[in-house]
Amino acid sequence: MSLQMTASQTVGPYLHIGLDGLNTDNLVGEGVTGERIVLQGRVFDGNGKIVPDGMIEIWQANAHGKYAHPDDTRELPVEAGFKGFGRISTDAEGGFRFTTIKPGRVPGPGGALQAPHIVVSVFARGLTKRLATRVYFADEASNADDPILKLVPAERRATLIAKRTGDGVYEWNVAIQGDSSGNDETVFFDV
Amino acid sequence: MSEIAQYRRPYWDTQPEYLCESYASTQKRSPSKPLILLPQTLSEVTGPVFGHDTVKLGDNDLTHHHAGEPIGERIIVSGRVLDENGQPVRNQLIEAWQANAAGRYLHKNDQHDAPLDPNFTGNGRTMTDSEGRYEFLTIKPGAYPWRNHHNAWRPAHIHFSLFGNAFATRLVTQMYFPGDPLLPFDPIFNCTADEKSRNRLISSFDWEKTSPEYALAYRFDIVLRGRDATPMEK
Repeated sequence: MSLQMTASQTVGPYLHIGLDGLNTDNLVGEGVTGERIVLQGRVFDGNGKIVPDGMIEIWQANAHGKYAHPDDTRELPVEAGFKGFGRISTDAEGGFRFTTIKPGRVPGPGGALQAPHIVVSVFARGLTKRLATRVYFADEASNADDPILKLVPAERRATLIAKRTGDGVYEWNVAIQGDSSGNDETVFFDV
Repeated sequence: MSEIAQYRRPYWDTQPEYLCESYASTQKRSPSKPLILLPQTLSEVTGPVFGHDTVKLGDNDLTHHHAGEPIGERIIVSGRVLDENGQPVRNQLIEAWQANAAGRYLHKNDQHDAPLDPNFTGNGRTMTDSEGRYEFLTIKPGAYPWRNHHNAWRPAHIHFSLFGNAFATRLVTQMYFPGDPLLPFDPIFNCTADEKSRNRLISSFDWEKTSPEYALAYRFDIVLRGRDATPMEK
């Protein structure tokens, strides 16, 4: 049998009605190990204007590099207090903020370890499909060998790397489209 | 060569482009550079797992959470969630939201001059069963005016959000109604180039599911990305 995937349609301006119920901006439950971090930033459009009606979803492994999902069959600890999923709508300033832990390393193509990263979906009015991207961490030496970052032209990689701005705080913005005010367009992936 | 079974990319023109000139908001909210093709890794073939405790009994009924009944045509919307291989997508969360019968959303930014309904919020949730089936009880949403162009009206629609089994299968879509005269005029619907793909967004009237003296019914099947077979061990 060969069916075809249903066409995506925008979340539109009133996504809150249906989606706020699952909002999770703190991913860290009871007994979770690892380095606690805050990931925060803002979403911009192609005019350099903020996007106050968007939504960010994140998905990540725990500190051991284990995903809370049956397809991750590696014998690594699962933590009951860490599901790995976050969702939050952007606020009036276009901002988002997650409290989570820094993920461990997970295998990539050919089994080589990837640098620690979080995968991200961006939704908004005007986006006909979600945008998929990734966040890496500026203070990680392993970024240099990451097999996915290597697919990205060197001059664009910075858009995927969160900067450490304070104690455990990482800053990372999303520019849906590059603009004249100097926001470099975030790298998005065809996943 | 990746050893993880990959989710297939959609056929040409069966998904909307990010930039769709007729839908004004896409002009500054679409990437200008091509996406980078990524070999799916463990990060993309896994995704959040929601247990049945995510949904409470009655969350799939949008008509009984208030003091009274909402105004409008009661409808049962049901169908199956399958993948492109025809396999049911079991025990998966579906989130839904919509306008009321007058075409008004219960949202601070909706200034449409049509009445709010004190008995209608417009959000629901459910889990697919072991066969991938789902069902909602709601009222038929009204057409909704927007400011995309002069005299712009959205056809009646219900928003659906699904995760599927992986980050790669995430989908948000909209369901439309058969025979809606506004469909040919709607940029959002028409941003998908392939006509057959567009038409799959239109539910079908479902006589078998109608409930005598209570509700009409519409069927809407949703298809998520299919996965290739696991590559053979070398």
